Amino acid sequence: MTEAFDILLNASLWAAVLRIATPLIFGVLGALVCERAGVLNLGIEGIMTMGAMAGWLTVYWGGDLWTGLLVAALAGLLLGLLHAVLTVVLGLSQHVSGLGITLFGASLSYYLYRLWVQVGDLPPTIEPFQPLHIPGLSDLPFLGEAVFSQTAPTYLALLLVAVTAWVLARTPLGLALRMTGENPHAVEAQGLNPVAIRIGAVMAGSALMALGGAFLTLAAFNSFFPTMVQGRGWICIALVVFASWRPGKALLGALLFALFDAFQLRLQTTVEGVPYQLFLMAPYVLSILALVLVARRARVPEALMQPYRRGER
Amino acid sequence: MTEPILELDGITKRFGALTANDAISLRLRQGEILALLGENGAGKTTLMNILFGHYAADAGEVRVHGRPLPPGQPRAAIAAGVGMVHQHFTLAGNLTVTENITLGTEPLLRLDSRRAEAKARIRNLSETFGLPVDPDARVADLSVGERQRVEILKALYRNARILILDEPTAVLAAPEAEQLFRILRGMTATGLSIIFISHKLHEVMAASDRVTVLRGGRVVAERRTADTSPAELAELMVGRSVTRPRRAAHPVGAPVLVARGLTVREGHGTPLDAIDFDVAQGEILGIVGVSGNGQATLGRVLSGLARPLAGTLTFDGRDITRLTPRQAVQLGLGRIPEDRHAEGTVGDLTVWENAVLERLREPAFSTRGFVRRAAARSFAAELIRRFDIRGAGPDTRTRLLSGGNMQKLILGRNIAARPRFLLANQPTRGLDEGAIAAVHAELLAARAEGAAILLVSEDLEEAVGLSDRIQAIVKGRLSAPVTAEAADARTLGLMMAGIWETRHAG
Repeated sequence: MTEAFDILLNASLWAAVLRIATPLIFGVLGALVCERAGVLNLGIEGIMTMGAMAGWLTVYWGGDLWTGLLVAALAGLLLGLLHAVLTVVLGLSQHVSGLGITLFGASLSYYLYRLWVQVGDLPPTIEPFQPLHIPGLSDLPFLGEAVFSQTAPTYLALLLVAVTAWVLARTPLGLALRMTGENPHAVEAQGLNPVAIRIGAVMAGSALMALGGAFLTLAAFNSFFPTMVQGRGWICIALVVFASWRPGKALLGALLFALFDAFQLRLQTTVEGVPYQLFLMAPYVLSILALVLVARRARVPEALMQPYRRGER
Repeated sequence: MTEPILELDGITKRFGALTANDAISLRLRQGEILALLGENGAGKTTLMNILFGHYAADAGEVRVHGRPLPPGQPRAAIAAGVGMVHQHFTLAGNLTVTENITLGTEPLLRLDSRRAEAKARIRNLSETFGLPVDPDARVADLSVGERQRVEILKALYRNARILILDEPTAVLAAPEAEQLFRILRGMTATGLSIIFISHKLHEVMAASDRVTVLRGGRVVAERRTADTSPAELAELMVGRSVTRPRRAAHPVGAPVLVARGLTVREGHGTPLDAIDFDVAQGEILGIVGVSGNGQATLGRVLSGLARPLAGTLTFDGRDITRLTPRQAVQLGLGRIPEDRHAEGTVGDLTVWENAVLERLREPAFSTRGFVRRAAARSFAAELIRRFDIRGAGPDTRTRLLSGGNMQKLILGRNIAARPRFLLANQPTRGLDEGAIAAVHAELLAARAEGAAILLVSEDLEEAVGLSDRIQAIVKGRLSAPVTAEAADARTLGLMMAGIWETRHAG
């Protein structure tokens, strides 16, 4: 017990939590924006992989890190456009299209990577984002290491939580987006175009997802592997439900999952005699538990997964 | 005569082979209430959807203040001052009243919605027009009447000068409907002009200045309301004179269904409190009352969906107090449920599937676990022919039927099984005159063949026209029965007000 307590009091754990949470925060925000507009985006795994590859390749080819993030977001926009055309314009199954984009995005990323990059014994690397040193704050005891020694994209993710929350709750655009996820017929009756709003939301959400992928290659690691997203996208889809489709709770969910993950990594090395696979499982088991406890009260957007066609009820 | 503020000129709209609107023209003057009268399927809603820009017309033009509206653009209609209150509300239940009303009224890229201003304006409009509603309430928590107010406020908030209401009273109880028409009249005094769609003669007579009658997608007549009569309008609307059939006297047989001291309590439904009734062979027993007084619970008990706490229910002398839905089907307890969409049919299944759904276990429609499709289809075709179900073949998806034809399907599949007992729960709600007459004729035919029928209805004319005896339901209690002959308006009124109870108590 005391060992577990020691781990919790260690600032390096909390720094790891923020680091692990960052791609999840981007991903969950992206999934949330899509779903609030009424479109489930299961393309998230493929879009994150694509973002990881596109961002990394840009930097590998000599672009700077911020350009890498920008290119990743653009790649996300394109895959989002594809998902939007299939599900919103053509009204096809959101599940099938999303899974298709996941397979397509993952395969295409690896294909392009192999086409354009010479891979030797070791994968090529880039110089990733370094932890920022914020004068004053970074030198604080405990908090300095735990919170104020992160890379720039982590702070960007936190900022985007606030921006997304504000846009959804306080702006006319956010209202139109939420209404499109609740009742697109109401949106049309008020003179707006629900199809355009859904396309925009899916593209923006996909760009956010791609940023989550890019964080993996541009900040967390320094090279690209085709399997590096490792189910983080699916975690994000579950976190949206956990969060009741609210950005603030989504942040909380991402941090909670990251805490489980960081904690179990440390337990693996400190506790002996327990198979490490049990610890590996822990974050997922705890996530399912949290989902069961919280999600039954969740308020689902009423028109989620319902295709909208003009002139039909 | 003032200039018309709204003109529809030669509007034509086809859906495939069906011509929903055929060269329709009409005019609306300022401060006027125009009723658009027609049976279901006459093209009223299509016409208004064209006016509001949900559909683009194949031919013809809409002009507001003499200026043509671009077709197919709700935004243009709103900008020209046209507001529409849809029959199926276009509201988002999870959002607040203010959010529902202000959607689309601000520039989309504004960084902070002006919510305080919006709320103040909504309160102001509420007071001016007598449409009370809390701007911060979640729409899902509002009653149907309140939701309709939100719909009207949506139009007023956008400065509508012309208000279109599609069957505004379909979802309202009678007092709410009267209040609505008072409010609309008040609006015309401030210069608004109103079109309302209806198939109910009495409200057209009571609330409009002028009537345009549609039939089969064409304008068949225009009348000043003061110069016409319900009888003339009914004939214009249906195209022939329609009279509801009346019950002929005939002897009734032994009691079939008998309830004694039946008490039911369910989660949200109105409880039933020690009710007694019996329905005899060849008899129609009418249960009248304002909706929400326990009719739904009664329907659930007789379908085997709710268990009584106390009392007994017998069918041909056999105890069925603990009825299950499957037993109900096996015993031949026919049911016409209150909500034909939610409980009566499965909209996305075909007509033949709905026709045999309850009876799939019978050898006539299945063998060794396989559905006998040919037999089921021919049964459905037989129902369609015998009960005059229009616009349908056995393979039509049931959702596409009009309300009246859907009701004929439900009625038909029950009556074809020659039930000993039939529960008819609000069998003509929302139907037009032609369909009502057809449903009444079928119920009377079943009665003549010896079925015991329990008719639950809010429509007194219907109850008196069909029933042999009548009981009133008030707050889950039933009055003692009166014979139809003794049931004049005054007696029924007192019964429905629950007066019999005070007499018992006193």
